[in-house]
Amino acid sequence: MIKKNYDLIVIGGGPAGLAAALSAYDNGVTDILILEREESAGGILKQCIHNGFGLTRFKESMTGPEYAARFIDEVQKRNIFIATGTTALSLTADKAVTAISAEEGVFTVTGKAVVLAMGCRERSKGALNIPGTRPAGIFSAGTAQKFVNIKGYLPGKEVVILGSGDIGLIMARRMTLEGAKVHAVCEIMPYSSGLKRNIVQCLDDFGIPLYLNHTITKIEGKERVTGVVISRVDENKKPVPGTEKHICCDTVLFSVGLIPENELSKKAGVEISPRTKGAVVYQSRETSVPGIFACGNVLQVHDLVDFVSEESELAGKCAAELIRNGAREKRSVNVLNGEHISYVCPQRLDLNREERVKLFFRVGNTFSDCKIVVESGGVRLIEKKKKIAVPGEMETVSLSKETLARIKGDVTVRLEV
Amino acid sequence: MYQVIVIGGGVIGGALLRELTKYCLNVCLLEKSADVCMGQSRANSGIVHAGFDAKPGTLKAKFNVSGNRMMETLCKQLGVKYENNGSLVVAFDEEQKKTLEELKARGEANGVTGLHIVDGERLRVMEKNISDRAVAALVAPTGGIVCPYELTIACIGNAMDNGAALYTNFEVVRAEKTQSGYKVYSAKGECVEGEIVVNCAGAGGGEVAKAFQDESIEIKGRKGEYILLDQECGNFASHTLFFTPTEKGKGILVSPTVDRNILLGPTAQGCDKDDNTTTQQGLAEIVQKANEMCKRVPLFHAITSFCGVRTYTDKHDFIIEESKTAENLIHVVGIESPGLTSAPAIAKYVVEEIVGKKIALTPNKNFNGRRTADHFFHRLTDEEKSELIRKDPAYGNVVCRCEQITEGEIVRAVHANPPATTVDAVKRRTRAGMGRCQGGFCMPSVAEILSRELGVPLEKVNKSDEGSYLVTGVTK
Repeated sequence: MIKKNYDLIVIGGGPAGLAAALSAYDNGVTDILILEREESAGGILKQCIHNGFGLTRFKESMTGPEYAARFIDEVQKRNIFIATGTTALSLTADKAVTAISAEEGVFTVTGKAVVLAMGCRERSKGALNIPGTRPAGIFSAGTAQKFVNIKGYLPGKEVVILGSGDIGLIMARRMTLEGAKVHAVCEIMPYSSGLKRNIVQCLDDFGIPLYLNHTITKIEGKERVTGVVISRVDENKKPVPGTEKHICCDTVLFSVGLIPENELSKKAGVEISPRTKGAVVYQSRETSVPGIFACGNVLQVHDLVDFVSEESELAGKCAAELIRNGAREKRSVNVLNGEHISYVCPQRLDLNREERVKLFFRVGNTFSDCKIVVESGGVRLIEKKKKIAVPGEMETVSLSKETLARIKGDVTVRLEV
Repeated sequence: MYQVIVIGGGVIGGALLRELTKYCLNVCLLEKSADVCMGQSRANSGIVHAGFDAKPGTLKAKFNVSGNRMMETLCKQLGVKYENNGSLVVAFDEEQKKTLEELKARGEANGVTGLHIVDGERLRVMEKNISDRAVAALVAPTGGIVCPYELTIACIGNAMDNGAALYTNFEVVRAEKTQSGYKVYSAKGECVEGEIVVNCAGAGGGEVAKAFQDESIEIKGRKGEYILLDQECGNFASHTLFFTPTEKGKGILVSPTVDRNILLGPTAQGCDKDDNTTTQQGLAEIVQKANEMCKRVPLFHAITSFCGVRTYTDKHDFIIEESKTAENLIHVVGIESPGLTSAPAIAKYVVEEIVGKKIALTPNKNFNGRRTADHFFHRLTDEEKSELIRKDPAYGNVVCRCEQITEGEIVRAVHANPPATTVDAVKRRTRAGMGRCQGGFCMPSVAEILSRELGVPLEKVNKSDEGSYLVTGVTK
């Protein structure tokens, strides 16, 4: 039976929500409710049956379900309640969550703090305005992954993939292993947004061609996809006439980016960053609405779940602090994106907090022999040389207690090339 | 033996079928696709036109204005979303301002009420995102919006609730004259027999006529491409915004939909009748025109693009008459814009003035014109929802997270009139898959529910028509 009030409500039982709940518990807040829309916890990890999870955190290679199981086990040991099959419908700035489930009907619970951990969704084919028909056989890579890994069905046999995000690369290999032929992976950018290791292990090892600077310019087929036309694009991403190439296929997978799912956050009035499409947060991962925290892919799309866990533990710990000690006054400065930086998270620093801060950011293009610079009030706080910086791999830089003490006004992160 | 056979499950066929069930008649609908509403009624602007466009004296003018007056009541009875948001025809120079005056006069001649012209300043108060270049607008307060497939499905569903029969996957290829009427055959060889046949086959109107040896109908197609924006920018425009019309038609509009999306389109390009492919040029034209009409068009919120084919004949007016060669075959074709608006009025006219002259119309005392809205669940209070979930827990299981559609609603759609047997059919009835992720999360679950409810393996569940399978088989 779900109570009316909890100290902490965590929305989402994926890797972010589980880690945040565990961390809050271990920091003294035990009255926790996790809301999970699916039938079991674990989030997207449930369908990520490939390995490579946990290398950073546990120094071993696990599958997605194995990685999730570690956290689920710990949650169960602590008797933290996960309301599964329960979808949060709305959230207010007063931290009242209205949710729906088969067991409870429509109900409202209120927390002293809320952690947003809803994850992200895939950008759909529709967002790209690709000309042609709308037959069956067009899937986002994650949908195809769900069909194959959860439902046990093969969505198609002759495949073209648009976008070289990690899920697209993983699915190129997965479909191949299931007997499908992957004819091409097209990437509109001059570089892949996926991890290097995935390009090697999922494409190169299987002889699947990656076409950089290419996009799909037409989808054909009435009932089911029968083919696509791919074209090279110029520096403005416009298709170059005369470069069209026809490929027969029955399936098109889209792996064209992930978007944090912040519909609930917006209902609560949480300020959203146009860059990350996630909440604007302090280093504690508290959003612009006091007592509402955000972590994991709902905040910024991470490359590795290991970082999701790390970020979520921080959010859980800070939420627990707030619940136990009440809100403290903040001394706030902004963290700005300088040259060649597409975003930085957190976007704000509370200088009344003294613990070490890790800034996560992405660069806007591929650079070699560059230098990450963090400055404030004309003073260089940090310089860090990088041999290679690519948009597909998140960068970090740490600000120590001493560095934080030197901050005079807004902080800028930029890249010197 | 049916008294009336309606061919074509679009909004005209649907409205007509429902109108027929108001009388003691045995009627049926023949639809060539796997679901109803698969032609131009599926993909159009969803505008309830005020009626200032059509030339006075045309059938378009006559049925537009009367259809507009019937629309709100019809939608209320059927639980269909309708909004009287008003239309604006925007002028960008003095020449166009003159055209607004002409339109106003024409509208008044057609019986449109409330037409007035506002200046640029007032216009900018009414629509905050209108282009700085706009100088005036004709305001049509009776203009509205409706969801065209919701309306079509509701009409057909309500007609079926009142006894009409539906045959899907029934493509009419041949008809035989009998003593009392016709035997109508499908491509698969099935046969239904009826006294009067009404041809509402839209793009297929010419082929249907030919099946009755009537060569007089030639249907042509014009492509209309659209871009749909996320509900997140649903407040971008509140009225339906038209450019001042030219010889080529009404042009591209910017309009909210009843579901709070923003719709941009349509283009107008001559095409084959069944060519619903979007094109690079078409989509680029929409973007350009939308940016002319409004500033700050949030195109990055596009969730899908699609194309509908609007059919017309060289007459450029509705053809609503009995065939000159095939007795008791009634053509209701060439229903171009404002066909959606006109549908309720056309239906009433055809039944009362044409069918009624051929057979006796006895009012059906049991006719119930009300239908539970397909989206009834979202209109319930939290307490009512909980009550329903206690009776049927499937209503507590959210399947489509973007539109918050539950398993209960999907199961209901599979078994309601007209039954949803494909993923797209479920989408059109429940909105599962209509949202910003475009079915990315829910489509496998919807397919599974269909498989379970229809008792067919997942490989046999289609997106839409036969051949649009979703999976090729099980994994290794």
